[in-house]
Amino acid sequence: MSRLSRVLGAAALAASLTAPFSLPSTAFAQEAGAPAAKQYIPLATYRVGAYASSGTPVWGGTIDYLRYLNEVEGGINGVKLTWEECETEWAVEKGVECYERLKGGRDGSPVPLFLPHGDPITKALTEKSAADKIPLLTTGYGRTEAIDGRVFPYSFTVLFSFWSEASSAINYIAEQVGGKDKLKGLKIATVYHDSPYGKETQVPLDLLAKTYGFENIQIAVPHPGNDQSAQWARIRQIKPDWVFLRGWGVMTAVAIKTAAKTGFPVDHIIGGIWSGSEEDVRPAGSVGKGYLAITPFPAGAEFGILKKIKAAIVDQGKSDLKDLKSFGSVYYNSGVIETIIAVEAIRTAQARFGKRPLTGEETQWGLEHLVLDEARLKELGADGLVQPLRLSIKDHEGGGAGKVLQWDGGKWNIVSNGWVKSDRELLLPVIYERAAAYAREKGITPRSEDTAEASAK
Amino acid sequence: MPPALAAALAPVRRPVLPALPVRAAGLALLLAVAFVAIPLTATDYWYNAILIPFLIMALAGLGLNLTMGYAGQASLGTGAFMAVGAYATYNLLLRLPELPLPVSLAGGGLIAGAVGLVVGLPSLRIKGFYLIAPTLAAQFLIEWVFNQVGWFSNYASSSAISAPRLVFLGYDLSSPAGRYALTLTSVSVVTVLAWRLVGSQTGRNWRAVRDGETAAAVIGVPVARAKLSAFFVGAAVSGVAGALWAFAYLGTVDARSFDLDRSFQAMFIIIIGGLSSLSGSFIGAAFIVLTPILLTHLSNALLGGSLDGGQISNLQRILFGALIIGFLIKEPNGLAALLGRLRHPAR
Repeated sequence: MSRLSRVLGAAALAASLTAPFSLPSTAFAQEAGAPAAKQYIPLATYRVGAYASSGTPVWGGTIDYLRYLNEVEGGINGVKLTWEECETEWAVEKGVECYERLKGGRDGSPVPLFLPHGDPITKALTEKSAADKIPLLTTGYGRTEAIDGRVFPYSFTVLFSFWSEASSAINYIAEQVGGKDKLKGLKIATVYHDSPYGKETQVPLDLLAKTYGFENIQIAVPHPGNDQSAQWARIRQIKPDWVFLRGWGVMTAVAIKTAAKTGFPVDHIIGGIWSGSEEDVRPAGSVGKGYLAITPFPAGAEFGILKKIKAAIVDQGKSDLKDLKSFGSVYYNSGVIETIIAVEAIRTAQARFGKRPLTGEETQWGLEHLVLDEARLKELGADGLVQPLRLSIKDHEGGGAGKVLQWDGGKWNIVSNGWVKSDRELLLPVIYERAAAYAREKGITPRSEDTAEASAK
Repeated sequence: MPPALAAALAPVRRPVLPALPVRAAGLALLLAVAFVAIPLTATDYWYNAILIPFLIMALAGLGLNLTMGYAGQASLGTGAFMAVGAYATYNLLLRLPELPLPVSLAGGGLIAGAVGLVVGLPSLRIKGFYLIAPTLAAQFLIEWVFNQVGWFSNYASSSAISAPRLVFLGYDLSSPAGRYALTLTSVSVVTVLAWRLVGSQTGRNWRAVRDGETAAAVIGVPVARAKLSAFFVGAAVSGVAGALWAFAYLGTVDARSFDLDRSFQAMFIIIIGGLSSLSGSFIGAAFIVLTPILLTHLSNALLGGSLDGGQISNLQRILFGALIIGFLIKEPNGLAALLGRLRHPAR
């Protein structure tokens, strides 16, 4: 090969390698409608990897609800929605790459908000999204300190943070034993996934143990948690009254099976949000009967909005789900719930800024002024599915309550009396302290309530 | 030594390098692109998703290459050394804020080097491939320590750390361009230092120990000092890479960001790129870090929405694995040697 042809070949190779990076990605699902008036929402999803079975129903719920909105309600006040999926495999680098690639928006529509779906990805994107003025919406996970919107204007841990999860679990236990005063002297062991996610509840449980006088025992399970014989042998020794299970992935099913083997009553184990789905408890088999879980995403297909989605989307064969058995499962409903919250935030912002595709800044205003009261939830068909929410600059969580479900071997049944609330008055001061410490470390000036209103155009 | 081991650690065929003026011109062009052309044209996406992770993993690979490629000491502890560098830099930035940023970064690297020195002590008794075992132990132990001991992460609720402020000479480096400048400068400085080291007596000692430890000891090469210095320098370089990964790329990390997968990634980078080759670390990093992104873009451009994201992702993995197998069959000594051969196809 002559030298010239080799050089040309190398140049062509280099050009072809860099060209795709400058081409915009062309893959996205599109609904029919006027091109300029559509709101674009990027979806960071994971259909591959260790957690794919947990993720797939969530995207099913999200996409089905978005399709329902577009086809039946004509979008949000006439503004239809388009979306694009980006595979993250629940890995940080891919999540960051997805965010960076999609944050510019598409077809004239900016990105109103971003749902990271993953604790490591959320942490990596916190500062980036604040710099880009795109709110991060994390329902049922995410940084607890972000509840303080004065320090975290663009991070929204809506619905149920991990601290609220711990507190609600304790409150449910209190209900079961006859009142908060009966908590004194109880032994409550927390079996947690040995990761930052699992350790997030250590501080609130410590605080609650001091307040109510129960003994708080923390037992770590190293990732991935395939073998928990040592941990449950220790539980057999300690004989706690209740076990709070904070697992993720295979850890939950293994925990339930091992607990049954060592003789711990499964109906005294309360799983957290990410240990409380069909995918988590089915692999345990028949011994999982009676297992409890606390979650802001109640399971079931009888809710008004789900019936509407079933009629308009699932029965017409337009569902994103490949396995229709997941319809109405905890994770499917979590996708519907978080999309309802995102859509209602956009609707709130549209009332102020106009019925057009909105930017991240405008949606941030919408999120901070989101009110989903009982009346609105009834209109949506989501009462009982979504808890009443009222967000503000000092409260990005808005709700902080969960329902307790019990597995009967085939499906989840709601066993709690409505929404079990967390002890927000007790936890909020500590959360504000931690947010203030973060602000000091980073040199952030917390917003005051007046400057926030003034800065919103 | 069993033949398989001997083959695995046999001296590598050095890539045939072009004459010096051509190399100097090529290097100058590369530096001009990196320091001048890119800041003028790059977007946020290029900085945050492509250039910064590529440079940082190249540096981590460089560190491992010094220990494993040049000195022949196998190590699966790269992730742990990166973690030490990240947490050490964090604590220096937090507790000694008067120190300028480069000093904290270098300090973090040196502390990682010291840890690497301790981890490298078994190499004085264990040779070859079996050395992987104590480094693996170090990988798990160090990750566990950072998870458990709250002091290292300033008692954050999830042992996550994030840089207090990235400021140097009054410039705020937290923008993508600023972080790119920080990463590029650090990587360039460390690469130059590594290049000088490799060409010095220390580098020659390393290669002597790798190629024939007994012979080296016989002719008077200080074997123990060479091995320990290889671990020290390799871990120090990886430590700087870890600090940059934590603060210039992700912003917030916890101990699990530097787990065994990270160590494997570094090892794959240098195996694919070329052991005992500085440019090999960069080429390997470009392949391992950037090819998945390239495949994503290509599949979006060519396949559009016809396949769902999960299926595309699986296809990409198959393709990536096939490429690795293909390249290693064609040139077992790595991509650097392959590119060297392209210049002189007769060899």
